[in-house]
Amino acid sequence: MTDVIRFSAARTAAAIAAGELSALEVTQAALDRIAKVDDRINAFLHVDVDGALAAARDVDRRRALGETLGPLAGVPLALKDVFTARGMPTTCGSRILEGWYPPYDATVVAKLRAAGVIIIGKVNMDEFAMGSSTENSAYGPTRNPWDTDRIPGGSSGGSAAAVAAFETPVALGTDTGGSIRQPAAVCGLVGVKPTYGGVSRYGLVAFSSSLDQAGPLARTVTDAALLHAAIAGHDPLDTTSVELAPPPVVAAAASRDLRGVRIGVVRELSGDGYDIGVRARFSDTLEVLVGLGAEVVEVSCPHFTYALPAYYLIAPSECSSNLARFDAMRFGLRVGDDGEASAEEVMSRTRGIGFGPEVKRRIILGTYALSSGYYDAYYGQAQKVRTLISQDFAAAYERVDVLVSPTTPTVAFRLGEKVDDPVSMYLSDLCTIPSNLAGGPAMSLPVGLADGLPVGFQIMAPAFADDRLYRVGGALEAALEARRGRPFLDDAPPL
Amino acid sequence: MTPSASTAATIPTFDDAVARYEPVIGLETHVELGTASKMFCGCSTAFGAEPNAQVCPTCLGLPGSLPVVNEAAVRFAVMIGLALNCSISPWCRFARKNYFYPDMPKNFQISQYDEPLCENGWLDVEADGKIHRVGITRVHMEEDTGKSLHVGGATGRIHGATHSLVDYNRAGIPLVEIVTEPDVRSPEVARAYVDELRELCRALTVSDVRMEQGSLRCDANVSLRPRTAPGEPAAPYGTRSETKNLNSLRSVERAVRHEIVRQATRLDAGLKVVQETRHFDEASGTTSAGRSKEEATDYRYFPEPDLTPLALTHEYVDAVRATIPELPAQRRARLAADHGFTPADIVNMRNAGVLDLVEETIAAGATAEAARKWWLNELARRAADAGVPPTGLAIEPFDVARIAEMIADGELTDALARTVITGVLAGEGTPDEVVAGRGLKLVSDDGALADAVEKVIAAQPAIADKVRGGKLNAVGPLVGAVMKAMKGQADPGTVRKLLLERLGE
Repeated sequence: MTDVIRFSAARTAAAIAAGELSALEVTQAALDRIAKVDDRINAFLHVDVDGALAAARDVDRRRALGETLGPLAGVPLALKDVFTARGMPTTCGSRILEGWYPPYDATVVAKLRAAGVIIIGKVNMDEFAMGSSTENSAYGPTRNPWDTDRIPGGSSGGSAAAVAAFETPVALGTDTGGSIRQPAAVCGLVGVKPTYGGVSRYGLVAFSSSLDQAGPLARTVTDAALLHAAIAGHDPLDTTSVELAPPPVVAAAASRDLRGVRIGVVRELSGDGYDIGVRARFSDTLEVLVGLGAEVVEVSCPHFTYALPAYYLIAPSECSSNLARFDAMRFGLRVGDDGEASAEEVMSRTRGIGFGPEVKRRIILGTYALSSGYYDAYYGQAQKVRTLISQDFAAAYERVDVLVSPTTPTVAFRLGEKVDDPVSMYLSDLCTIPSNLAGGPAMSLPVGLADGLPVGFQIMAPAFADDRLYRVGGALEAALEARRGRPFLDDAPPL
Repeated sequence: MTPSASTAATIPTFDDAVARYEPVIGLETHVELGTASKMFCGCSTAFGAEPNAQVCPTCLGLPGSLPVVNEAAVRFAVMIGLALNCSISPWCRFARKNYFYPDMPKNFQISQYDEPLCENGWLDVEADGKIHRVGITRVHMEEDTGKSLHVGGATGRIHGATHSLVDYNRAGIPLVEIVTEPDVRSPEVARAYVDELRELCRALTVSDVRMEQGSLRCDANVSLRPRTAPGEPAAPYGTRSETKNLNSLRSVERAVRHEIVRQATRLDAGLKVVQETRHFDEASGTTSAGRSKEEATDYRYFPEPDLTPLALTHEYVDAVRATIPELPAQRRARLAADHGFTPADIVNMRNAGVLDLVEETIAAGATAEAARKWWLNELARRAADAGVPPTGLAIEPFDVARIAEMIADGELTDALARTVITGVLAGEGTPDEVVAGRGLKLVSDDGALADAVEKVIAAQPAIADKVRGGKLNAVGPLVGAVMKAMKGQADPGTVRKLLLERLGE
């Protein structure tokens, strides 16, 4: 049965539907795997053993009754601890939410439950999704299954590590500046940030409302597509979600050739700051794409160089407001309520102890950027850059169907390596941020190793053309796997 | 020397203050919209529920929750904007107003900042027999906060309290804030403006505008500037104070009046007016300082990223415009032109809550005067006695019109009509049924009346002789005696006429 944990989500669901496996067996295998390896990885903050087994029994019961099961029924999933789910705590990797059990399900969680997905538990993250290494969690860092001395990326590091360690076949993450794609890249996974508005944010604890988007992490493009399709669609509870039919991502993932597809290499997302190994794998991949029939050209997006500073004004500004509600009044941690202290003093003490240094840094940055007299120079200016970046994308998509770049400038770095250098840490998201600012979808998929560590390749597409990511990603994955002769994750050292 | 010591002896009278200083007044009014559900979630807005019974993740600001705009609230706000002659923005956004307070669930309020829904309107207000046009700067939408209850202190204020409780039922109730230009120049006009605005919202049925329940609250910005001679340019505006949360028309007038005298006192003493918020104390009729602007919060407004912009089409606005009923000013003009009511009549009928009933009674055939008289006097009193609003009485406008008709036809006296009303209110049927059932119809020209006249003349020969001698006023007691004999069922005018005819023979 040890093989079960290595099954893709698609294969797992098919086996359950065919009666070759029960959802209970699959769920138990995931729980056993977590028990075996998670003390070395620290992906899970909470394992919902009873809830997962009950959900698995329910899937088996429905199958026994002859119900038609969905394409992910019985598939275990790791849920980033930024989503609310009844029956489980939600911490967002922060002390300030210690002990909080939300009274409602996020819309994506409700959709997953309805699809028969088994939510195994909640996984670690940088506190409030702020970080690129999962070292900013109040509950200790998560480790990269490829090398446990290295970071799994962030902020969805727990999600990526859980999938790369074969604890679950898929995980849900969120991506505000690269928080799905960068962990996917450094853990050798497929990770997708859907188009902003493509997936409901209701029940996703907000870091930066205009940038946050939920999306899949998986070991295959098809698994990512299945999870993407399961969570996509308009939600009346989130007015920023759009009333459009979700793009046909699952069908697109089955494509195997790229004839007639025009691919643009973003000139500004390459160069000296990128590891030699990363550049080499990127060049190799372009050749594979040409071999699949794609036309590859270079395009320029001149304002992408301003994306990082613009992001570090917009995201902290929104975060300073979004995180104001953590005030000890209605939920979570309360510090210093000694009967003497005023409400304001209790708020202040609680926030002082409850938030970690990176969260405080961003709240202070954002508070400053929104201050009267500074708004125009900082937040206002950053919004103009955002418009210019959108215009760069629009101009590029007149010439090409998708844009590509490395996902990250480097492979996974060592734990502690960048903790004291926030700017260096921020540079991890250099290539991923433009898609968040403009709202378009983007995927990272593994294209090889550098120094024995995974290298990610980023594909970007116009808003609501998420299926293009899967078309290019599906064909590329198949070509690379054929060349390699085995699935990418088979090269990961055993735990 | 403290400021209070130096100024205590030289407090000007109000008349003296406004003779030398021109008050400049602007008003900010919050109106709770009467939607069934809250501004950004589906929770009920009903007043008076158990604390924290009408809450959900969104209005509690729980992590992960998101707002969804209530269409009815937008419609009501557009109605108010149109009724205030504003232009309606074809595209606007909500904004976050950031500040920490325990009764603010998210520690920001979803409001509007530099892109309000409605702008540049006006409202005409009647006061001192004149029309005053008050410019409307903007009407914008926002959500209400929860309510803090401070326990253990003497006054219910936070000072001295041992602890506080928060009720979030009010959190997220839709509000509009209506901001005027600094166009108001007297406490009377300030009061009249709020009164007119309240009537306007009532006519639009967008709010129950109960100031005592806080569904309409007013903040008054007051400053003074020296009056200048005619022909000279006006002095620049002085520094203003903002008196918050005035919860009655009387408080609006009194607070503004007090501020004018207080500021004049300071200016006379060579002191500056401090820009600050102030609280009005109903009991003493005075204001006291709240927080000053120097320590005021920087609200760090920015566009609300959780909501898409509000883009109202022309068609939408026109459709809303078509639903706007007759407004109070139009109605007053019509009532004066059609029925000859004076402004005082209209105010009295409105205050008694009978204006609609009077109009319906007129429509049912009564004269304006009869309808006004019966509703404003007799029926309003009966309603007050019964502890119900006039609309709650068990008598319909067409019943009142029928009673008035019977009076006009000489079939009932006022006194008999009151008996008929008693019968109708007691459920004895229509006025005609009550008249028949109680045998109340006037006896005017039959033998019974003639008999009664003869008997009274015979019984009181001395008085009859006086009348015969030309003292016509002496007939009064004889009329009374006939009416008594007839048990009230006669018209006193007819009785008097019959007596005089008989004695003049």
